[in-house]
Amino acid sequence: MTAATTKSDFWRGLRDGSPFILAVMPFGLLFGALATEAGLDFFQVMSMSILVIAGAAQFTALAQMQDAAPVALVVAAALMVNMRMAMYSASLAPHLGAAPLWQRAVAAYILVDNTYAVAISEYERNPENSSRRKVAYYFGSAVPSWVFWYFSTFLGAYLGQSIPPEWALDFAVPIAFIAIFAPLLRTIAHVAAALTSIIIALFLAFLPYSIGLFIAAGLAMVVGAEVERRTMAGAS
Amino acid sequence: MIYSNAAIWTIIIAVGIGTYLIRFSFIGTIGRARLPVWAMRLLRYTPVAVIPGLIAPMVLWPTATGGEPDPARIAAAFAAAVLGIVTKNVIIAVLGGAATLYLMLYLFG
Repeated sequence: MTAATTKSDFWRGLRDGSPFILAVMPFGLLFGALATEAGLDFFQVMSMSILVIAGAAQFTALAQMQDAAPVALVVAAALMVNMRMAMYSASLAPHLGAAPLWQRAVAAYILVDNTYAVAISEYERNPENSSRRKVAYYFGSAVPSWVFWYFSTFLGAYLGQSIPPEWALDFAVPIAFIAIFAPLLRTIAHVAAALTSIIIALFLAFLPYSIGLFIAAGLAMVVGAEVERRTMAGAS
Repeated sequence: MIYSNAAIWTIIIAVGIGTYLIRFSFIGTIGRARLPVWAMRLLRYTPVAVIPGLIAPMVLWPTATGGEPDPARIAAAFAAAVLGIVTKNVIIAVLGGAATLYLMLYLFG
């Protein structure tokens, strides 16, 4: 185990993580522009991207704010979207758990969907690598998404001030969300969860403060998990 | 926006800290411990359980039209969903949705 291998693991991760720049840029731009248009100042927009670094949660918070939801429910909805990261954290822990605390603290900060997907498939390919090499690869794979998330938010916030209302940017949030999540509907369980969520949310839309959303999401999670359990049991 | 500066900062900081704690949970503290299978299974569905319910009312009753259903926005959402499911490509889905929205607004708006 030499420093040279660790270094090459970092670069290999960087190479594997780089294609995600193309996926990150449009959403960072859009978030910067929409948040600015919604009335957040430049410093607030940047702070959100730096503190949260999670596109879906940031758009969720923005959508809840445009809906004038109470502060606690804005926060709750955004965090609910991010609960999936507990699953990422749990599934990466066996690979990164032996690293020093400060490295794990940084690794947690930059844990996003892209990093998780790239890193976990690397660890499945090369499970016997040392945790130092795994950490090096992880940091490499995260850097492109991380840096370009800041950069594109910055650019979007800067350009957003000059976007005319005819562009109907209000609708960019739903379109962006649909575009992110439609490709995730891979299994019948995902489809069942999504449909449950839509139907119950629409049915309960009369409830104030997005309460219907939380009921819909809770039930949809249970439906997704239950359908997965049954279809997997049937398959084996 | 109806929020005070203090409210906006509260949201930003609370979501930031909360998200960090979620990320740090297992990597940071328990180390080699594992989540039970049922919990992993449940968490796998959080995005797909929250996001559709969040956007469905935005698609059907958009604020920009004062809550009136709008064919252009419904068609755009539909186009983005179909393109996303068929191509599995986020960029194509966004562009297709945006193109549909603008075309519909141009033709009927």
